[in-house]
Amino acid sequence: MAGIAKEYKTVTEIVGPLMIVEGVEGVTYGELADIRLQDGSMRRGRVLEVSGDRAVVQVFEGTSGLSPQDVKVKFLAKGMELGVSMEMLGRVFDGFGRPIDEGPAIIPEKYLNVNGSPMNPFARDYPNEFIQTGISTIDLLNTLVRGQKLPLFSGSGLPHSRLAVQIARQAKVLKTGEKFAVVFAAMGITFEEAEFFIADFRRTGAIERSVVFVNLADDPPIERIALPRMALTAAEYLAFEKDMHVLVIMTDITNYCEALREISAARREVPGRRGYPGYLYTDLSTIYERAGRIKGKKGSITQIPVLTMPEDDKTHPIPDLTGYITEGQIIIHRGLNARGIYPPVDVLPSLSRLKDKGIGDGKTREDHADLMNQLYSAYARGKNAKELAVVLGESALSETDLLFVKFADTFEDRFVRQGEDENRPIEESMRIGWELLSMLPKGELKRVRDKYIEKYLPKG
Amino acid sequence: MNEVKGEVIKVSGPLVIARGLTGARMYEMVRVGEGRLFGEIIEIKGDSYSIQVYEETEGIGPGQPVWRTGEPLSVELGPGLIRSIYDGVQRPLDKLSYDFGEYIVRGAERPALDRSIKWEFNPVAKEGDRVEPGDVLGTVKESNLVIHKIMVPPGIWGIIKKIGPLTGNVDEVIAVIEGEGILHDITMVQRWPVRQPRPVKRKVVPVEPMVTGQRVIDMFFPITKGGTACVPGPFGSGKTVVQHQLAKWADAQIVVYVGCGERGNEMTDVLMEFPHLKDPASGEPLMERTVLVANTSNMPVAAREASVFTGIAIAEYYRDMGYSVALMADSTSRWAEAMREISGRLEEMPGEEGYPAYLGSRIASFYERAGSVVCLGSDERKGAITVIGAVSPPGGDLSEPVVQATLRVVKVFWGLDDKLAFSRHFPAINWLTSYSLYQDVVDEHADTRFEGQWSRNRKQAMEILQREAELEELVRLVGVDALPHEDRLLLQAAKMIREDFLHQNAFDDIDTCTSIEKQYRLLRLILHYYDRIKKAFKDGATLVALTGLEVLDDIARAKLIPEDDLEQFSIIEKRIDNSIVSLTW
Repeated sequence: MAGIAKEYKTVTEIVGPLMIVEGVEGVTYGELADIRLQDGSMRRGRVLEVSGDRAVVQVFEGTSGLSPQDVKVKFLAKGMELGVSMEMLGRVFDGFGRPIDEGPAIIPEKYLNVNGSPMNPFARDYPNEFIQTGISTIDLLNTLVRGQKLPLFSGSGLPHSRLAVQIARQAKVLKTGEKFAVVFAAMGITFEEAEFFIADFRRTGAIERSVVFVNLADDPPIERIALPRMALTAAEYLAFEKDMHVLVIMTDITNYCEALREISAARREVPGRRGYPGYLYTDLSTIYERAGRIKGKKGSITQIPVLTMPEDDKTHPIPDLTGYITEGQIIIHRGLNARGIYPPVDVLPSLSRLKDKGIGDGKTREDHADLMNQLYSAYARGKNAKELAVVLGESALSETDLLFVKFADTFEDRFVRQGEDENRPIEESMRIGWELLSMLPKGELKRVRDKYIEKYLPKG
Repeated sequence: MNEVKGEVIKVSGPLVIARGLTGARMYEMVRVGEGRLFGEIIEIKGDSYSIQVYEETEGIGPGQPVWRTGEPLSVELGPGLIRSIYDGVQRPLDKLSYDFGEYIVRGAERPALDRSIKWEFNPVAKEGDRVEPGDVLGTVKESNLVIHKIMVPPGIWGIIKKIGPLTGNVDEVIAVIEGEGILHDITMVQRWPVRQPRPVKRKVVPVEPMVTGQRVIDMFFPITKGGTACVPGPFGSGKTVVQHQLAKWADAQIVVYVGCGERGNEMTDVLMEFPHLKDPASGEPLMERTVLVANTSNMPVAAREASVFTGIAIAEYYRDMGYSVALMADSTSRWAEAMREISGRLEEMPGEEGYPAYLGSRIASFYERAGSVVCLGSDERKGAITVIGAVSPPGGDLSEPVVQATLRVVKVFWGLDDKLAFSRHFPAINWLTSYSLYQDVVDEHADTRFEGQWSRNRKQAMEILQREAELEELVRLVGVDALPHEDRLLLQAAKMIREDFLHQNAFDDIDTCTSIEKQYRLLRLILHYYDRIKKAFKDGATLVALTGLEVLDDIARAKLIPEDDLEQFSIIEKRIDNSIVSLTW
């Protein structure tokens, strides 16, 4: 099958982002195609299905302006690849890995298939290194560790981008001298939002160690399918071949899923919930599961996907399926935001599944787990009491419950709230935590061991 | 390898359609394309064969070859399964990682049982014995916990012509059996098609409790050896921790853990933790009795569909030796979704929510492979498989098809509640909605041991919890102060049952597993306290005094009393009596 690839002029059908080419030979599933328009401009496509001599091609830039008569299609006999090199750091790319920052072209060290291969679970190393984000609600209560995937569940109009940027800026491990990089994947977000990230990276100099992939809201939606895979391929290269610790921020997963739905609908597939394809879970997992560590390798990939929940509904298929794959979730709360608390992290339903292995003596501090449990349970009790007070009036609360109500308010004000540039070390978060606990009667602190109360609870 | 070769005519994701595979049967394994990817025939229409491919199909196209193998998807059964980690089609992940690197490459293949290990075979049968399928020919010490029995494979009867002790790998002929004039060479390995249940002499009703060390399960919603249970719950409610706890502490002799479409890091957690955890009964590492099947969510979806069958075929093999086996499948929803994906690609008429119409019957046929049995073989030995399936309903909605189809077949329902999980009550098994249909048989066992008190205590505790739920409705309307003091005593008791008995910390060395004896004494301690304060209240003690006793701290810490020091419970009981006496006098 060697020789010059044939150009086909046999496009018979164009439906949404899909194009059907007939009379093809030797085409394989997943193969890339170059599509040449009459005016000489080029588009990219990928084979989604091939049956006999008929190939279904998904056109990344969209099919607008295409006409079956004057399109020429050439199949490239290879899957989608990304040319990688260390020069990618500091650069901005589109969803295909083409530079869009007016800098020179990248001279790739090699080409990697963007779909990657599944990591062998046996070769994985368990994530257990504490990452300090400088944000109390994450560090102390929903600890992030290297190799974890921890999404931000947000809603439209909430400051998830600011929080994501703050994490990218502040995240560090309590050891020094390690190489660190940020891969930023923007899918279908607005120019302003993307600019907010890039400007912040520039302002703090973080851009020097960042690789940015951008697909804006008015760029072809289909490009969004390829983009996170491009970004993660770059991340894998940096992490597992160049020993870097890579933080991947992906925003907004909701836009990605909608692009997927668009293709699925164009292919007339049987829809699952809310019109999303039945394989949404599998598809998302091939993105999220690319986070992790590998035994014997220095680098790691930590993911912070951001998604906006339609109508703040956690049971919507996108957050729901994401929650089943990721190792916890940080939930951004509209109510807290409305009260002017930044970052508005809703502590109670937020969760980091991997926290237990990343905290404690030698990692953060011996009392971390106890303090965390105590703060959780005290805050939960305070919130419950507050709800009760709404129905019955404060007079119906016992004296202790009133203390817990006060605790919950102060907790939100002093512990949850912090400045956008405030980088709180874990010790400081813990100090505030203990100080808050000193508001409560000692007898109520059942989740912390006596020796820690003795040692850390402020006296008087 | 079979000579028949067909050709690909269509590729759509994991589904490939081929023609020219004359004579191929349903569920036969084939090899697809130049890369020789694994696939299985799942539909035949005339000369068109639909194949689900267990690996990524990028690069496969019309015209590429397809080979028949003549055999359905099968597992290799023999010494060496224990301590292994396999993918959904029984490829050894450890070997693949040594030979092919950190990522799973396509077409990679290694034998499931390591041929380089030499096993010591000790015969128990002797030459001249007449044997039937299932009869034990000899044993191999497979691990410190498992004596592997080499059995006569199904379908072979006859007289042993040759047998003797030897050391060799699994392919070594350990015996020759002559039946109907044919000589059968018996090795240490059997192949078995995973979709077909292994034969047994007969099934029996499961009656023996399986102790899990988890208080809410053993006391309130127990399971039997050979029983079936499901654990549904939204994400974050602790399904996987429950499954891990059962894999760690359930008193099964063999544990098969199937990670079906779940997180890679969770399998790594099991792999790293199990070799260090000790089995409470024997003191040996838990890995010595465990087989892992890991097909994580990003691994090919067709292999995920196969993984639960691979797991249960391995479980059945150990059951046939007469062991009690526990199989955990996490999560059966991912398995059902794999079926849905394949069904969609086959363009089948969808049932509810896009799932295939045969969803219910597939789920039922999987759970029916659990059970307590009399094994094949002339010695009437008994074996059992307990199946515990996690279900991950979208949005935690229990009315969805997978949960409903599962509830129709399982006998135990441990409903996880995200509200409990948010308040950090673990295990977050909701005591008001969960149920176990094995309660009666388990009660019978436990009551014999605890002189009828086991079920009496449980019933009393459950009544308290149910009454608490009613009272809470009331409290929400009128406030706790408006309740009569008797009811407030009850609330106190209910809180203690919840916090001091049901709440169990999986990450605490002592609390993680509680013996039946300790469970009994712990609950009795709380009920003893409640009985005393009720009586004391009638005798004039005040609510404040009764609910502020110092001994409450001792009760709260009682769950951390070590197993070898259970006498402490009697001391605390005395302390309760003493402090209450001082109140009423």
